[in-house]
Amino acid sequence: MFAYLVRRLFLMLVTLFGISIVIFFLLRIVPGNIVDILFAAAGYVDPADKVDLEKQLGIDQPLVVQYLHWIGGLLHGDLGYSYVSEKPALQEILPRIPITARLAGLALLFSASIGIPLGVISAVKQGSRIDYALRVMSLSGLSLPSFWLGLLVLTASVAMFGQMPIFNPNPQSFGEAFATYCIPAMVVGFRSSALTMRITRSSMLEVLRQDYIRTARAKGASDAAVNYHHALKNAILPVITVIGIEAAFLIGGLIVTETVFNIPGVARFLVEAIRWRDYPIVQNLVMFIAVVVVFANFIVDMLYAVFDPRIRYTD
Amino acid sequence: MRSVWALAAAAALSLLAFSTNTIAGEPKQGGILRMYHRDSPANASILEGATYSVNVPFMGVFNNLVIYDQHIAQNSPDTLRPELAESWSWSGDNKKLTFKLRQGVKWHDGKPFTSADVKCTFDLLMGKSQQKLRQNPRKAWYSEVDDVTPNGDFEISFNLKRPQPSLLAMLASGYTPIYPCHVSPADMRTHPIGTGPYKFVEFKANESIKLTRNPDYWKKGLPYLDGIEYTIIPNRSTAILAFVAGKFDMTFPTHITIPLLKDIKSQAPNAVCVVEPTNVSTNIIVNSSSPPFDNIDIRRAMSLALDRKAFVDILFEGQADIGGTMLPPPQGIWGMPKDKLQTIPGYGPDVNANREEAKKLMQKAGYGPDKHLAVKISTRNLAEYRDPAVILIDQLKSIYIDGELDVVETANWFPKVARKDYMLGLNLTGNSVDDPDQSFYENYSCGSERNYTNYCNKEIEKLFDVQSQEIDTNKRKQLVWDIDKKLQEDVARPIIFHARAGTCWQPYVKGITIMSNSSYNGFRYEDVWLDK
Repeated sequence: MFAYLVRRLFLMLVTLFGISIVIFFLLRIVPGNIVDILFAAAGYVDPADKVDLEKQLGIDQPLVVQYLHWIGGLLHGDLGYSYVSEKPALQEILPRIPITARLAGLALLFSASIGIPLGVISAVKQGSRIDYALRVMSLSGLSLPSFWLGLLVLTASVAMFGQMPIFNPNPQSFGEAFATYCIPAMVVGFRSSALTMRITRSSMLEVLRQDYIRTARAKGASDAAVNYHHALKNAILPVITVIGIEAAFLIGGLIVTETVFNIPGVARFLVEAIRWRDYPIVQNLVMFIAVVVVFANFIVDMLYAVFDPRIRYTD
Repeated sequence: MRSVWALAAAAALSLLAFSTNTIAGEPKQGGILRMYHRDSPANASILEGATYSVNVPFMGVFNNLVIYDQHIAQNSPDTLRPELAESWSWSGDNKKLTFKLRQGVKWHDGKPFTSADVKCTFDLLMGKSQQKLRQNPRKAWYSEVDDVTPNGDFEISFNLKRPQPSLLAMLASGYTPIYPCHVSPADMRTHPIGTGPYKFVEFKANESIKLTRNPDYWKKGLPYLDGIEYTIIPNRSTAILAFVAGKFDMTFPTHITIPLLKDIKSQAPNAVCVVEPTNVSTNIIVNSSSPPFDNIDIRRAMSLALDRKAFVDILFEGQADIGGTMLPPPQGIWGMPKDKLQTIPGYGPDVNANREEAKKLMQKAGYGPDKHLAVKISTRNLAEYRDPAVILIDQLKSIYIDGELDVVETANWFPKVARKDYMLGLNLTGNSVDDPDQSFYENYSCGSERNYTNYCNKEIEKLFDVQSQEIDTNKRKQLVWDIDKKLQEDVARPIIFHARAGTCWQPYVKGITIMSNSSYNGFRYEDVWLDK
């Protein structure tokens, strides 16, 4: 087990190194840089000023030198400076991480706490009206784009209550705190809860057809014991995998939701940084997201062993 | 007897109403003005800025030498007011402009303001300073200034190469704040220090901008507000919903499109909304250096095919203006009168007749019903660019031109235009000062940085200088109209329309005036107050 862990950690480092190369060079392939954007906004280009500014920012250097400079800094904990705000990148990124982390965490919690039980109910009540209703609900969840759902929630709030949930850094009441995180988290989590529900349902249906379930029923086990003790425990593995993958895909939904609800988190900041071609911010943020995803996958793999005793990681 | 009492009661009530009105009309101190901001500006340095995203939040931090009256919607030479300069005078030959400066003014960090700061500011703008601006978009404004010389601590002179009365207009722009010598341009980007009514508190990119009252402002008793807070909300739907829900006292200035304005008025009927021109023209840039638009007949045919009123009706529900280079009257000071405008080919009211003439020109150039000309119409990937480009494509169909939309990301737009990698481009040109010198020299003079099409006409260039030196405003207007007419006839950069936009605020916000011929000069907000 220990050797397996060491090997996994080594592979993770290799993966992250590969990702760093891909991030860095893909970003440079995107046409234009911060200087182009600044001059585009100004509606003119002064070639001398452009050269000066590129030199000042170090983007006149060969790409390999720029890459080594970034990675060297990263290993020393120096993330460089934002080209736009001219503040240290770390200072710009750090305060935004908890905001997005809370939102993502709540969205995943929402997704699991809604998706898994409803998926189980849908499977157990297969073919019933409840099953059909839940399947329509999950289909809607997968079909409705987050930005539309977000705007719908905002418009309905204003139309019905004259209020709107929009990010409040200092909530004065539970209601404001709820609106700040929970409502946007539900919007983000709605899609992944639908996916979780569908996967749980199909996985449960497969397990419920197994011989050992029939045996458990024959032995007189109650429905609850069969469904939740025997079936769900075995059906949960694919669900965990999906939740792990969803954690990675969540960033897409977060970008839209943070924009619609005006939440100053990492996801919206990333989009703005890409718009400005603010390389230090973009490459460090994407790297951070990559680290989160790689570790999320690692944790999912470890959870397999917890939920399924048949899985043992050996050398 | 009863009627006497009734009369007395009515008199008392009317007196009460009168006194309430009087009290309501008097400015009150206090409160934070909450506004949303349409996007995150690159930084806080107005001198380096090129959009009003930077002017709006930061203009209140500074003062200019002179400023346009903040409560007269139309900027004109008659509405210039002293600010850091108490007075100004021209020399007899109109080549020297001298300002007497206000004494006792302090920067927000307590250091005294002197003429050295004015010199530092203009040396920066003219590129004569050791320190450099990251960008200097308005360097061309001062091309006729030889040098700026202090005469003691509280007097300064601008020595010009030739007379240029419009210099005062440039100095009054929101784009011309005075910077302190003792703060570097880099620091001004992150923590601006000014002499203005509000002190900078913080700017969190993509999040918020906060200003607080300057208690030591040199205008005693001002500002009325305790501060101004801008929440940055790039998503327009979210921002407008938040305004309707009462989270903001005001929308971002001129951010509301005409169709959206109806929505706001229906959801927030008490909101005060105004619609004003933005002095931004939507125009066509023509690549006349390569076929097919190197042929003047095709350029003229394209210009003749424009149905400007259709653009205005579709995009602005009729609320936009048709004009030449300069913003048309009554809001524009220098725009051609309607009768002169209609003598320009393509501006006549009979669109069908114009298009028949255009078809003849196209046939002369070898095109017709059986042989259409295929063109790409390039434009930026923003709705205000894309939407008129689609209408343009539709209109050009009527004269055998098949247009294809070529949407370009902002970062690539100017490099593409600069390397002449386009046929036609749909472009927006914003004018920060309603003055011909700003518009003509920036956009049409040979070799100018914003002259995207490299239009170069030495004869017109001479006329630019003639109008620029003319002291008599009426004579200057005649010259400007003639130049503007020639620019349209040359199809230098055909103007399609001048946009209008809306601004709304809650009824308790007092003292707001939206400028009618500039989107850049009216955000000092020192006497804005909240009646609540």
